[in-house]
Amino acid sequence: MNNILELFSYSFMTKALVVGLLISMCASLIGVSIVLKRNSMIGDGLSHVGFGAFAIATIFGFAPLEFVLPVVIVVSFLILKLNDNSKVHGDSAIALISASSLAIGTFAISVTKGVNTDINNFLFGSILSINDADVLISIILGITVILLYIIFYNKIFAITFDEKFAKSIGINTNLYNIIFACLCSVTVVLGMRLMGSLLISSLIIFPALSSMQVFKSFKSVVISSVIIGIISFTLGLISSFYLEAPTGSTIVIINLIIFIIFKLISYIKVRLK
Amino acid sequence: MSLIKLENLSLGYDGIPVINNINLEIEENDFVCIVGPNGSGKSTLIKGIIGLIKPIKGKVVYETLKQNFIGYMPQETTVDKNFPASVFEIVLSGTLNNSKLFYTEKERQVALDNLKILGIENLKDKNFPDLSGGQRQKVLLARSLCATTKLLILDEPSNNLDKTSKNELYKIITKLNKEKNITIIMITHDLDHDNLIGNKILSLREKDIFYGTTEEFVRRIHHE
Repeated sequence: MNNILELFSYSFMTKALVVGLLISMCASLIGVSIVLKRNSMIGDGLSHVGFGAFAIATIFGFAPLEFVLPVVIVVSFLILKLNDNSKVHGDSAIALISASSLAIGTFAISVTKGVNTDINNFLFGSILSINDADVLISIILGITVILLYIIFYNKIFAITFDEKFAKSIGINTNLYNIIFACLCSVTVVLGMRLMGSLLISSLIIFPALSSMQVFKSFKSVVISSVIIGIISFTLGLISSFYLEAPTGSTIVIINLIIFIIFKLISYIKVRLK
Repeated sequence: MSLIKLENLSLGYDGIPVINNINLEIEENDFVCIVGPNGSGKSTLIKGIIGLIKPIKGKVVYETLKQNFIGYMPQETTVDKNFPASVFEIVLSGTLNNSKLFYTEKERQVALDNLKILGIENLKDKNFPDLSGGQRQKVLLARSLCATTKLLILDEPSNNLDKTSKNELYKIITKLNKEKNITIIMITHDLDHDNLIGNKILSLREKDIFYGTTEEFVRRIHHE
């Protein structure tokens, strides 16, 4: 226990813990609706767009967050629009957008000589890249998402369960979808620095998916997802430090283990019935 | 007394009409069955009445009813059968048309009452994925009832149900119409000629729109 406390005497570890915990909670909350609405690929698409935008911001010397965030939000609206339009398949559109952004980002970084960037940091994240501004933004974002989620919880349930019915009783589903896309974009962009653009979407998807194996009411799935998000992040951060492994991948592996355990529990439960 | 009036109503998608220039009135306490082949615009018409799509031309007039207070039950395919939710969570969500954010005792009571009306209060704490098809439809009907005391609009509620569950559901809907004085508009595929329910029929076939009493409809079919 003392060892662990000592760990957080490093200021970068404390920062990573604060930012990571808040982002994990936001990601797990948002993830429940995203998984249930079969939009799992959105997080993945947005993080690739984030990668492309970060690369361009670095090359042209734009302030990273101020440039990347608007770009990702605009793209999330675009994906939302494509999903509404039944003529274009949402998933192929996302595949198209994410591959293109990844290509543009990689291309831009390698063509521009003299730019001192480590592509690995973009792709797989680094806890050393968290600065004070990130901490502040994460705290604001975290509190905003959690408050919004509690206030609009019942409406979020209604829309996630059956959007057509929700619309018919006068819930402004378009507005909620736009707010959701914004929150998802902010979570992805902030989480990217920590988790890397290739792995951030797992923070959104895994907790919800694992919870749904065992829990069968909406409230229990939401609560369980947040708990899984918190546990997997904390465990991942601490063990990555001792194992000298990348934080992002350690967290994803822990999430994978939790998923397998929950899957087993659900299998046993069915067998025992 | 008339509840809803459709005036020169044309509905469709991307400006292309599926329903052309329809004029009709639905009276309080009517039980209207909408029939017609696939693609004839049955679902489009009710989406227009509820306000999910905007008219291309004409309008829907709600005489004594607010649009948000219609109990709409979409086709069963719009709901994920494995969605993790308890029956009570689902039924309660039907009361959200009063633009409140949180449920009070009043909403809980409405939800409980409607579970009782449909005879499924024993399912209250069960979870949606564990229910049978017939039970799921009753839960969704209870949710729609929470949104209304006047008008239910049902899009093929008996789809994919076996004969027993189907008859049971029809019996409940008829009872709601007769005993609770709720007006019903229902799209149905299976027009069982020996066992027609409802007092009016709206039949949509390309250029041939019929709207009248069930007896008139039967007479007309025998003439053809």
